[in-house]
Amino acid sequence: MLAFIFKRLLQSVVVMLTVALIAFALFRYVGDPINNMVGQDTTLEERAELKERLGLNDPFIIQFYRFVRDASVGEFGLSYQHRRPVKELIAERLPATLELALVSAILALAIGIPMGVYTALKRYGFLSRTFMTISLVGVSLPTFLIGILLILFFGVILRWLPTFGRGDVVEIGWWTSGFLTASGLKSLIMPSITLALFQMTLIMRLVRAEMLEVLRADFIKFARARGLPTRAVHFRHALKNTLVPVITITGLQLGSIIAFAIITESVFQWPGMGLLFIQAIGEVDIPVMAAYLVLIAFFFVVINMVVDILYFVVDPRLRVDKALVNGQ
Amino acid sequence: MTKLTLLQINNLEIEFPSRKSVLRAVDNVSLSLEKGDILGIVGESGAGKSTVGNALIGLLEPPGQMTKGEIFLDGNRIDNLPDSEKQKIRGKEIGMIFQDPLTSLNPLQTIEDQLVETINLHLGLGENGARERAVELLDQVGIPDPDVRVKQYPHQFSGGMRQRVVVALALCAEPNLIIADEPTTALDVSIQAQILDLMRGLCKEKQVGMVIITHDMGVIADITDRVAVMYRGRLVEHGATEKILGNPDHPYTQSLISAVPRPDIKLIRFPQVTYIEDVAEKNTEIDITEHWLGKAREYETAPGPLVELKNIGMRFTTKPAFLRKNRIFLDAVNNVSLDIHEGEVFGLVGESGSGKSTVARIICGLYTPVSGAINFAGTELTALKKQSDLDPFRKQMQMIFQDPYSSLNPRMRVLDIVAEPILFHQLAETRREVEIIVKDLLEHVGLGAQSAVKYPHEFSGGQRQRISIARALATRPRFLICDEPTSALDVSIQAQILNLLKDLQEELGLTMLFISHDLPVIRQMCDRVGVMKDGFLCEMKETEVLFENPEHEYTQHLLNLMPRLEGLSLEGLDMQPQPNQN
Repeated sequence: MLAFIFKRLLQSVVVMLTVALIAFALFRYVGDPINNMVGQDTTLEERAELKERLGLNDPFIIQFYRFVRDASVGEFGLSYQHRRPVKELIAERLPATLELALVSAILALAIGIPMGVYTALKRYGFLSRTFMTISLVGVSLPTFLIGILLILFFGVILRWLPTFGRGDVVEIGWWTSGFLTASGLKSLIMPSITLALFQMTLIMRLVRAEMLEVLRADFIKFARARGLPTRAVHFRHALKNTLVPVITITGLQLGSIIAFAIITESVFQWPGMGLLFIQAIGEVDIPVMAAYLVLIAFFFVVINMVVDILYFVVDPRLRVDKALVNGQ
Repeated sequence: MTKLTLLQINNLEIEFPSRKSVLRAVDNVSLSLEKGDILGIVGESGAGKSTVGNALIGLLEPPGQMTKGEIFLDGNRIDNLPDSEKQKIRGKEIGMIFQDPLTSLNPLQTIEDQLVETINLHLGLGENGARERAVELLDQVGIPDPDVRVKQYPHQFSGGMRQRVVVALALCAEPNLIIADEPTTALDVSIQAQILDLMRGLCKEKQVGMVIITHDMGVIADITDRVAVMYRGRLVEHGATEKILGNPDHPYTQSLISAVPRPDIKLIRFPQVTYIEDVAEKNTEIDITEHWLGKAREYETAPGPLVELKNIGMRFTTKPAFLRKNRIFLDAVNNVSLDIHEGEVFGLVGESGSGKSTVARIICGLYTPVSGAINFAGTELTALKKQSDLDPFRKQMQMIFQDPYSSLNPRMRVLDIVAEPILFHQLAETRREVEIIVKDLLEHVGLGAQSAVKYPHEFSGGQRQRISIARALATRPRFLICDEPTSALDVSIQAQILNLLKDLQEELGLTMLFISHDLPVIRQMCDRVGVMKDGFLCEMKETEVLFENPEHEYTQHLLNLMPRLEGLSLEGLDMQPQPNQN
């Protein structure tokens, strides 16, 4: 188990270094950093002197080492557009994105799993068929369209919910939270539903397919033959076996909720990292783009680590067993 | 009805309606069982025997339904109870044991969790009482260190041990009736004997009635008091085991019993189940002398043995580690040397895990051995490094696998499946020629040329195994490796396939390596036999010498365990003419 975690950590470091290399290449070689920093009237001598001072004449490896060293403490330099440290910008925007992603993930799991179980158990029921049809719509409609339709209906026509922004936020240390005010919570509803819808339908279909598979297994039949009540068979025996593959997909999806909240954030003008990133692309704000890239990769790596460790908790077959290996 | 009758089934009829028609899986079956008795239900797959078992416990697979008949347990009718009442009977009154111990247990729960859950449900002993009872039960079914092992997960048990756990689970509420559906089919002979002993002991000791559903006549002879023979949903014969096995009345029972491979004497051919209702017989005999298959073989006869293994060793890493000393290996094959002569059928027997399949895979090049050498027709295969150098030898050896369901690509037509090796080895000039060869091959294995355009799922298990054989013959091999070719098949189909292999072997002068755990089959098929245990070859001899006079302790042990149809007058049956000799 420890060896496994160690191996995974090592792999994670390799992944992070690769991403850092791409981010660094972006930073260093896309456009001229000096040009982005100084005005039109700077002389060539001043430029050369600045280049030397910033270490841009040093060998590639040394520059890359400096980049990694700084990135590992969250230092990505100044944003060209905002003239502020990227670290500060990200720290400002991070809570908004994480809160949105968290609510979406909970929504997707809390609705997707029960719906998946229900549609598997009552396979031919009217409600199941309805769910399946709706889920098809959920998978096939693009996110921005769903967002725009929601805004049109609940924001413009009914005027129940705010159409953009986070509402009022409460500051807790450096973290800003929209959970604690009425307008904050109201603002969360539409973006989180928009973001969750696709994941929800995906999880529902996955759980349904896995559950149907498990329900055909011999041990389910044997559990029934022992007279266990249907409820126990379905939830204690079948559902837990269903969740093993669901955990993998859910983990990956959680990563993509954070990473690809961009569209939802644009539609709802949600002041999160996605919006920051979109603006950065528009303004060719390379430090922000590099930082975003590294940060998202970091989220993915961490989530995947957690998923791998969860496997050990859920599935005893993966725990290396000394007695078994010794051939007993 | 006597006062002791535990189970009474009257005129049971079960139907499976489908879109086009209604399949009557069970038709007018009446049976009864007394306390402490063991009733066997025997028949081939599709005979409806498992459906009867499922109906007894009220778990018919939808859309199956009972359309007629009544089932009484202890004098109370149980078939018309509502589901909630049936659920109370399951486990408490009727226990059930399934075929495959590897899939019968929930892999994510400990043995204790599963036992305690069921015990608490039926007996309500409380958490601690249930735990004690769980340990007690494991002890009863013969699991060593029950108090330690109860905390373990199913994957930490071997197949035989898991089946013991399954028995413990079925027994935990002390039911009066146990239904065992093929309880030992997935197990090795020695473990089969242990489980059967255990079940018989429990039955007699606790005066529990048991219904055993099986296709294995050996199991029936070994354990049952009475036996019911089913054929296509109907009960053809029913009575005391000695009577049915020794002096069967119905022609189906007679031919079924005679088709069981004989452990005691070697016959020239396998007697087949000849009793087939309303199926038009069509078998095309092909004169091998004029056939493509029999055409000049381009190989010189090697002076020495065709296949020679010298001190072969194979190890698998069961626990990988960075440092070599931390790795744990399993020596699957240890220092095995054997030779197979041209035209000979060499048998390899052993229990699962003995390394016999590994040997087959090493010979045909699927595994590279860690030590030793393989010679084929005088060439050392292990010395050849390039894949392309091996190809001419691969053409000469082909393999038939155990499971006819998973060894054929479901998305390919039979024509393409059989044509693939011919095309790969460029044995024919044109696509047209290949097609003719394939159709001939299919005719020859008894499938008919029209089967070429079908897909594997349109065939039964026996027919699929014929496709595998046709595919193996497609390169005109001189050496055929058969890895348990009939273990997944019914007795009657087994006899057909084995006869086919025998015929082909004689006609084509094939050399064969025949791997099986079934000793009677080995005795009928092979000229010489090797016995394997834990990766070692313990004995290698002429078949008849080995069976009559086994020297190694393990061989003696295996032969002792071989289920026999003891005390049966099979001689009378042998005299009967076998009208259908292919």
